Amino acid sequence: MLRMLVALFSGTLFGLGLTVSGMVNPQKVIGFLDVAGDWDPTLAVVMGGALLVAIPAFRLIFKRSHPVLEDEFELPTKKELDASLLGGAALFGIGWGLSGFCPGPSVVALASGLAPVFAFVAAMIAGMAIYKWIS
Amino acid sequence: MENFTPISGLIGGLLIGLATALMMLFNGQIAGISGIVGSMLARKASEVGWRAVFVAGLLLGAFLYMLATGGAMSVRVQASLPVMVVAGLLVGFGTRLGAGCTSGHGVSGIARFSRRSIVATLVFMGSGIITVLLTHHAL
Repeated sequence: MLRMLVALFSGTLFGLGLTVSGMVNPQKVIGFLDVAGDWDPTLAVVMGGALLVAIPAFRLIFKRSHPVLEDEFELPTKKELDASLLGGAALFGIGWGLSGFCPGPSVVALASGLAPVFAFVAAMIAGMAIYKWIS
Repeated sequence: MENFTPISGLIGGLLIGLATALMMLFNGQIAGISGIVGSMLARKASEVGWRAVFVAGLLLGAFLYMLATGGAMSVRVQASLPVMVVAGLLVGFGTRLGAGCTSGHGVSGIARFSRRSIVATLVFMGSGIITVLLTHHAL
């Protein structure tokens, strides 16, 4: 029950952060990626702000032997830079640049009720399902 | 740089960092949206539960913002519908193949100083920049 409350609260803060920062607006994200045009550095400030909290917080959190509500931290164990990582990130970047959406903002932007956002999220889930199916 | 909004960007970023820290401190989970949404396809109730609640929270955050400001959220989609669908497929497939997106690699991963996440972030930013360069300036 408490785990669910934490997930709800954290999700809400995350959604609020993406909305307040303007990252739910694909135009702003494309403005960041468009370094040759009228560059909008906001996305870098958003990431910087998030890391300003997350880096020191993680330092303190990982001094604990386990999370408050669980027996262990669920962390990725892979270390090597393989073709999946590089190829996946490259494909993701193309989709990101074409649309101005990455997964978080696209889900939050569903609240706008706009049809192209629903089309994007449906296609994104289909892409995830295709990966699951072939892997 | 007339569209630069550093104050709201910083406030939003701090909120995202706080959300990321809380998920790790209490639940031991990485707040990575592609992983959360992708793992919901697992169809096991124990796997889906907290993830569905987190996603509901994402939307709740947007609605709270609209309630507090009394206005709609600014979402301007420039690409055509077919391009949005192709982009969605690439983002969904690519983030699962590459094990993360802007949140999982770009925030949680970098905050752990993970080499894979730092490289992935550089790669998706690079390919995003090249894509916008080609679509906005070359074509």
